[in-house]
This record gives sequence, structure tokens and C-alpha cells, in this order.
Amino acid sequence: MTELASSVAPPNPALSERLKFYGIWIAVALLLLVLPKIFGSGGALTTFSLIGISIIFSLSYNILLGQTGLLSFGHAVYYGLGGFLVIHAINIIGANKLPIPLPVVPLVGGLTGLFFAALLGWVSTQRSGTAFAMISLGVAELIASSALILRTFFGGEAGISANRTKLFRLFDWSFGPQIQIYYLVAAWTLLAIIAMYALTRTPLGRMCNAVRDNPERVQFVGYDPHVIRYLAFCFAGFFAGVAGALAAINFEIANSAYLGAVQSGTVLFSTYIGGVGYFIGPIVGAIFVTALSLSLSDLTSVWQLYFGLFFIAVVTFAPGGITGLLMMHRPLLRGGTLGKVLPSYLIALIPTLALVAGLILAIESIVHHTVNPGDDPNIKAFGMSFNASSPITWIIALFLIVGGFVVARETWRRLARAWDDALTVAHERGYHA
Amino acid sequence: MISEGWCVVLELIVISTLNGVLFGMLLFLMASGLTVIFSMLGVLNFAHASFYMLGAFFGFQISRWVGFWPALFIAPLLAGALGAAVERFGLRRVHRNGHVAELLFTFGLAFAIEEIVQIIWGKSPVDFRIPASLDFPAFRIFSTNYPAYKMFMLLVSIAIFVGLLVVLKKSRVGLIVQAALTHPHMVGHLGHNVGRIFMLVFGVGTALAAVAGVIAGPALVTQSNMAALLGPILFVVVVVGGLGSLPGAFVASLLIGLVQTFAVSMNGSLAGAFGPLGPDYAQTWLSDIWGVTVAQVAPIMPYVLLVLILIFRPMGLLGTRET
Amino acid sequence: MRQWMMVAALLPMLGGTALAQETVKIGYIDPLSGGGASIGEVGYKTFQFLAEELNAKGGILGKKVEIVPFDNKTNPQESLIQAQKAIDGGVRYITQGNGSSVAGALTDFVTKYNERNPGKEILYFNYAAVDPVLTNAKCSFWHFRWDANSDIKMEALTNYMKSAADIKKLYLINQDYSFGESVRSAAKTMLKAKRPDIQIVGDELHPLLKITDFAPYVAKIKASGADSVITGNWGQDFALLLKASADAGLKVNWYTYYAGGTGGPTAIKQANLNHQVFQIAEGIPNLGYPSADAFEKALRAKYDFSLFYPRAVNQMRMFAAAAEKAKSLDPVKVAAALEGMQFDVYNGGGKGIMRKDDHQFFQPMYIASFGDRTEKEPFDEEKTGWGWRQAAKIDPEQTMLPTTCKMERPN
Repeated sequence: MTELASSVAPPNPALSERLKFYGIWIAVALLLLVLPKIFGSGGALTTFSLIGISIIFSLSYNILLGQTGLLSFGHAVYYGLGGFLVIHAINIIGANKLPIPLPVVPLVGGLTGLFFAALLGWVSTQRSGTAFAMISLGVAELIASSALILRTFFGGEAGISANRTKLFRLFDWSFGPQIQIYYLVAAWTLLAIIAMYALTRTPLGRMCNAVRDNPERVQFVGYDPHVIRYLAFCFAGFFAGVAGALAAINFEIANSAYLGAVQSGTVLFSTYIGGVGYFIGPIVGAIFVTALSLSLSDLTSVWQLYFGLFFIAVVTFAPGGITGLLMMHRPLLRGGTLGKVLPSYLIALIPTLALVAGLILAIESIVHHTVNPGDDPNIKAFGMSFNASSPITWIIALFLIVGGFVVARETWRRLARAWDDALTVAHERGYHA
Repeated sequence: MISEGWCVVLELIVISTLNGVLFGMLLFLMASGLTVIFSMLGVLNFAHASFYMLGAFFGFQISRWVGFWPALFIAPLLAGALGAAVERFGLRRVHRNGHVAELLFTFGLAFAIEEIVQIIWGKSPVDFRIPASLDFPAFRIFSTNYPAYKMFMLLVSIAIFVGLLVVLKKSRVGLIVQAALTHPHMVGHLGHNVGRIFMLVFGVGTALAAVAGVIAGPALVTQSNMAALLGPILFVVVVVGGLGSLPGAFVASLLIGLVQTFAVSMNGSLAGAFGPLGPDYAQTWLSDIWGVTVAQVAPIMPYVLLVLILIFRPMGLLGTRET
Repeated sequence: MRQWMMVAALLPMLGGTALAQETVKIGYIDPLSGGGASIGEVGYKTFQFLAEELNAKGGILGKKVEIVPFDNKTNPQESLIQAQKAIDGGVRYITQGNGSSVAGALTDFVTKYNERNPGKEILYFNYAAVDPVLTNAKCSFWHFRWDANSDIKMEALTNYMKSAADIKKLYLINQDYSFGESVRSAAKTMLKAKRPDIQIVGDELHPLLKITDFAPYVAKIKASGADSVITGNWGQDFALLLKASADAGLKVNWYTYYAGGTGGPTAIKQANLNHQVFQIAEGIPNLGYPSADAFEKALRAKYDFSLFYPRAVNQMRMFAAAAEKAKSLDPVKVAAALEGMQFDVYNGGGKGIMRKDDHQFFQPMYIASFGDRTEKEPFDEEKTGWGWRQAAKIDPEQTMLPTTCKMERPN
């Protein structure tokens, strides 16, 4: 086994490769450090903190979905339980004046996630596929409903709160201001990303991929797929718990919404949108979805519709997620043929944007007429002002949709042809990925 | 006194049974389509309950224009056509991106449908009324009226159940569908147009859900969150009954309908059975468990059932395939 | 492309530095999308209407009032994010009403925020979250409540029931969460003291907003032989409960908190419960006060709903009065002015007082029944033709419940 592995394993990377590798991490760390210097408002810091939490949560979810092929509908259970335990921990530590500073408290959440994953995981991971998905759904509903019944522990629907500033202080950091919480979340996010990246490089990480692709073969090799799924489940539970803990510290409150279906659905969305096929995918997805869900509701009252339509579009046209879409261009970039597609992209962009603008115009006008019929027809959506009852608006919308669609379809066909040509050239030059 | 007490208990049992069977039959109308779609296309159709909702809203709108009875037929046809279109132009395209993509597609669809319904009909319940010709009590059990409309709902669902059974067992299409349930690839190899069958099944399945919506709309609430309320329960029914098994879906629907209805009518709690806890434990989490009544845990019963079934009998009650 | 889109999406959020305060911004944090949005939008429009009314009179201290909407999706965490956004946008006053869990999270947030950011205090005006704990164990100096909490409403309701001799067997059915729980426990303890002869024949908690058919519950009520029901149910839980009881032919008197909510009047009319459904509230149409009638008329002329939040009128007018009294829009000074302030309530039915001990507003309460109208009742509801008729008025002195609040005031 070890012989085989070593002979298949790639040779040690060259010094320049290694420098590049560590360089990326150091660059990320530096970026995290200076980010609040550029965007310092409370809202921005909260947004960054939430993105960090979402990154950890999505990456932990991808240990299941991307690495091991387990589709879970109840990952929020471990996130939520981690959050609850941390709130209780903060209250206990604060009341008893224990010498435990806030930065290590997320470990409590992680261990809670690990504990419950270890407890519930053995049964759930017996099978993969639909059975696993349905068990995860059932367990999630059970725990979320029980949270409303066990009021003393979970605090009913109001939840329980804590004060994070009442803990033992290191270096005079009170963790009251959001900026300190931002650095706490950033540090933990970096640590968790490194740890989860390292996990994918271990033999266990590789076996997870094998279990995902072909469990029978894994069995022939002498491993038990159940055990491997179980281990992956436990790791995912741990990091989900850490994410939940950070969320609880950020909000200083934990309630049953942490455990619920919405939370589980969001993490599934972020991970898939980002792209399950690449390690960086969930990170991209977490950033994108968190920013979108926070900003979209400011721009339009029917943000959920756009959200749904956007997801449908991604699932239909870009199953690899955003990262998959970007990674498609790698062979072109390396083969030096990216320049051949760019003009087609630019040409396709114009009618596509027109189509999207037409759709938005139509949707917003319809919304105005059904939701606020009596109000002032001069409405604003996405920063544009227009008169929703004027026939010109309707004609423009119709023109944009129909015209945009017809032209866009033709330009996308051209783009596909240009793309094929460019890819063929890149392949001929020897760049396949 | 004793006999009066027994009357009350008996009344409760009879009414609860009727309500349970009715709820179960409604579930079955939806679950039958879902289970067939699920096993043929391998799609966990998250948007199935959305078609139930669309049925109710279409029914409401059409009954405003032309009356309830035409609506009962037109609304499911519309919803079914929409379902078939979703399969033809949406799911079939997504199919090559894998099962997770298909599932997410229906997930996003459910999301979008809910929002569209909210845009058109608003967010509060619409005034969808029972047709006047059915707005009278059917019979009286002791002192409780049982509405005629509910009997009508029961009859419609039973009629559809029987019709479905006949079509599946006797007609050619039914046989192909049955074959496709267990051996979808084989059916394709035999030269049947699997694509068209899929579209048909999806259309009929969603139309059945819409029928449930039209008849349930006036009796229950017609609101934009009605899909989200019923969706998860449907999955439970399908899995508990056994994937691809229509009789299984039938049994599971009735089982869950009855369990939920009867659990509601029971007030028992551990505190009631064993007396109150000692004062030392009065403020602990133990007291929460001790004081909770059967009625309060009624909504989570289906999920308990789901987890137990998946652990101990993964093929479901009457299923033959492992999930 | 995508990155640019993201930057474009992020920019409005990140660039939110406070502009010079030319307006008084009130952050309205309530559901504006999703399931709770129908209620949230009524509230938003009501507040907008009230802001316009104040602006027509020259605003507050010469500054225009602006209601800035923030969609919290009825989620406590989301509410905190939105509160943060509101603060970034220069909002010093926030108002919220839907959901006691949200209210609890917001009070907590506001208290901690003010403690950690002296000089930048914000105030939280609660117009509809009725959990008693917010003005008792969890009270805060920065939180003011204009709606009567559920205990006060029950005190008023039981004061009325004290003299209703036809109540013999009572059934309690409530939603299984903190509000339903407090309605039920307050009803039990208060009735025990005021009407020990009433037999409580049932005490039910059902899951919140998850029941599609109340027939099983109605069968139980029927089996218990109850003649009256107390319920705190709202929204669909109320409408469906009435629908199921009409189907089963259950004829009892309903004592409710939120029968007047969206869809409630329609459900009562459909169930044909003529003057059998009672509601306890701080104001209803058809009380016969001229100023209230004028206000109601103006609101109905503009929007297609009736005044569902009379307390919002008190809240906005009293806020303006307090700012004028303090001669400042500094939240600390406004809070000090509001404490113990007496105020003529909007409908002219008497005086109300913002109690200093717990920041709970006490005001005249009305019990009204819903049914057919005489010429004394000009307003109907939801185009049903039926309207509210006053059954009793309970003065604020009668509902002054003690509080356990230990208010921590800023130095």
C-alpha cells in the first residue's frame, strides 16, 4: 500500500512552486489584515465577519458534498449546536470568572460539533446517496423541533444570549467593538482553511474522494467506506461547530434559526454555487452568496425571486459553479488562446445585459402593479428610476427581452464556436487543464 | 355520566379518524406523483408541493372567473402543462449535470414559484371559498357536524386513487410506467420514447398535486407559504412508504395522516403518567421533557418515523429497492 | 465580470458613511419579504403615513421625518445585521414590532451597542412585540414599548370577563411559543384570582404557523363542552382555527388578541360568528371619537387597509412631543423626556403614561366584538360589511401591573 502510494505520489515540488504555495497563504493573511483599513464601517466589518463564518461553514460542508459525495440537508445541526454550547460556555465562563479568553472559545463549538457528529453520524453514514440525504433531513427536523421543546437549554424561539465582553481578557482586548471580532473571525477562518486544505492532502482526504467515486473499489482495497464516511462526517461536524461558535460570538445570541432548514439550505447553496469540484469553490460561493443575500434585499423587495432565478441559471448553465466557470479558462490562459474568445465574450455581453435589464424592468413593473397598486408609479430598483405605469417602460422592457434574447442566443452560439476553436488550439499546444 | 363520557371519546375517535383519513388521502394525491417521478427520474422534486400551491391559486383565480367546477378541471391541466414544460425545458437540460444539480434546480424552482405567487396574489391568504352547493353539513356525529365539502374531498381523492390504479394496472402506458419504475434503462432499450414518458409522468404527477391543491384550497388556507408547510412531509411519506411503491405511498400517507391527527388529540405527558417531577428538577431541561404533551410533539412524529424507517428498514414499508 | 458585479453589489453597503443629518431617520426593521411581509408592509405604510403627517406640520424640530425600511426576514440574526446597517446609514432611532424573539435580540443588541459606543446611542421603539419579559426581567433603558404587553391585555380582558356571567367552561388554545405560553399562564393565574368558578376545560399549545387543518383541535374543544375560548392566535393560525370551528358547527365565544389582523375579519364573517368574537386592543375603529374617525378616514382613503397599529400613532406623536420637550434629537435626551411622560392618546379616549420604571406605555384599552353594524359604527373591515363594536373600555389605572424591572440608567 505505502509503496504503491509513494510511487504514484507526485515528486516533491520545486522550490519556486513551494514559494508560490506559501506566498498565496501569506498574501491572504495580509489581505485579511488590511481589509478593515480600507472598509471600516460597522456594516462592512459585520459583512466580512459573516463571510468568514460562512467560508468555514461552506468548506466544512464541502468535506461532505465535494470530497466524500454526501449530500446533507441537515448540516446546520452541528453549526447550531456548536453555537448554543458556546453561548452557554461564555455565560458559564463569565459567571465563574474562569481564566479562559474568548479567542479559544470557538474550540468549544468545534468539539460540540464533533461530539454530535460522532453521536449521530454512525447511523446516518451507513449508506450514502438518497438514504443519507433523507436521514440528514429527518435528523435536522427532529433536532430543530426539539430545540423548541427543550426551552431551558435552547431558550425557545427567543434563544439565549451572552455578553462576550465579560470574559477573561488577553492584551486588554475586550472584544466589544466589531473590529476585534473581525480579527478573531479572520484568524479562525485562516486557521480553518489551512486545516481543511491539509485534510484534503492526507490519505484520509484521498480515501474520501475514492469513496465518493467508487465505494466498491474502496471495499476491494480493504477499507470500509462506512468508516471513511463517518470520519469525514466527524471532521465536517467539527468545523461546522467552529463556524457556529463564531456566529454565536458575533451575534451574542443563539436561537433555533441556527439549526433550521434555512441555514442548511443556505450552506448547500453557497457551496454548490461556488463549485464543489475545487477546494476554493466553497470560499468563492460563501463570499458571493453572503454578499448577495445581504445586499440584494436593499435593492429590491422581491430579492428572493432573483435569488431563485439566479440559482436556476447557475444550476442549468454552470454546474461547476463559479469556480468551475473560471477554471474552464485555465487551459486557454495557459495555451495563450484566451485572447481569441474575449471579443466574443464582449459581443455576447451586450445583448445578455439587455436581456437581463429587460427582465428586471418587467419584473419590477409587474411587482409594482400587483403589490403597491395605489402608490406613486415612479419607482426605483437597482438604482434605476422609471415610471412603472408608462407604456414606454413596458415597450422598452418587451423590446429588451425579445431583442436581447434573439441576439444573445446568436452571440452565445458564436461564443461557443470561438471557445471550441480556442480550446482545440490550446489542446494542440499541450495544455489540457 | 359514564355513557356521556364514552360518547365524547367515541365522537373524538370517529372525527379524528375521518380527519386523519382525509389528510392522508390529500397527502397521497401529492405523494403518488412524487414517488413516481422520484423513482423514474431519480429526482427529489422539491418543487412538487409548489405545484400543489399553484393548483390552489389557479383554482382560486379560475373559480372567480368561471366558477369552481370548471376550475376543478382547468387548474390541474394548467399546472400539469406547466409541470411538463418544466421537465421538458428545465430538468432534461439539467439532467446531464447530475442528481445534485437536478435537486438544486427544483429547489430554486420552489423558491421562485413561491415568490411569483406572492407577487401575483400577495402574501396574505386569498378568499377561496367552498362552492355554495357543497357548503352544508353532511352528517352529524353526536354533536359535531361533518362538512359535506370534506366528504367531497375524500370522494375525489378516492376516485383518483382508483383511477390511477386502473390506469397503472390495465393500460399500456401504465405498464410502461410500471416497468420504468424498476428498470428505467431497460424500457429505453426496448425502444420506448423515455423522454416523452418522463414528460408525461411529470405532467400527470404535478397535475395530481394541483388537484389536491384545488380541493384543499377552500378547506384549508390558500396562501403563499402552503408549499413550504407540506413539502418536507411529502418526502417523509415517499421514503417511509418505499421508493417507487404506490401502495407504499398510500399506506404511508394514511399512516402519517392518522398519526398526526390522533397525536393532536392526546394530552398525555410524562408528568401526567408519572406525576410531577421533584422540586429539585423543576427548573432543569428534564422538566421540559417531562411536561411536553403528545399533542405538542405531533408535528415531529413523521420525522421520527422517517429516521427509524431509514435505520431499520431502508427500503421503506412496502418498497423493494433500497433508497 | 462576476467580480465587478460583486464589487457593484458591495459598494452601496460599504460606502455607507453617515451624511449630515438633515432628516430624522427612523429605521423600520421588520419583515418586508417572505411569509411575514404582509404584516410588515402594513406597518411600514402606517409609519410612512404618520411621518407624512408630522412632516406636514413641519417635522420634528424643523427636521423632516423619514422612515427607512430594513428587511429583517423575521429573523433575529438578520435583524441585528439590519440594525447595524441602519446605524451605518445614520439612523439613531429604530422601530420594530413583529416577533418577540426579534425584539429580544434587538433590545440586547441596542443595550450592548450603547454601552460600547458612548455618544452614539440609539433608541429602540417597540410598537408590537408583546412579550412581558421585555419590560420585566429583560428590560432596558433604551427600549420603549407602546403596545400593551400580553399580561396587561390579559389583565384588561379578565377584568371584563369578571362580570361576564355566561362564561362557565373555558378552553385555552395558543401557539406553542413564548407569546402563546404567556397568554395561557396569565389567563390561568388571573382567572383563578378573579373568577375561581370558571372551569378551565382545556389548555392547548399547538405548533406555530404549521397547522393546515385545525379540525382535530376543534374536535377536542367540542368534546370538552367549552362555552368560551381564549386564544392569542394570529395570522393564519387564527383564520384557520375559526374556519375549522365553523365547519364543525362549534358555537362558542372567542376572546382574542389578534382577531383584527389581516384575514381575521374575513374569517369571522365566513364563520358567521356575529358578535361572538371579542378582541382586546388599545384602539379600534367605531369608537365614536371624532379625531380617531378623521384619522381612520384619511388612512383608508390612502391605503386599502384600516388602522391596525393605533399604538404607532401614539408612538410617533409622542416621539415628536418628547423631542420638542427635550429640544434635542439626541436619543439620550429624548429617552429622558419620554420617561414618565403623559400623553393624550391619539383617539381622544384619555391619557396614557410611559411608566418610568419599565418603559411600558399604559393607555385605555378596549374590548370590542365583531359583527353587523348599526349607524353608530361607520367603518367595516376587509369589505365584509361587518365592523367592530365597543363592548367595554378599561382605563389605564385598572391595568397597572407591577414590574420586576431593575432599570440600569446611563450616568
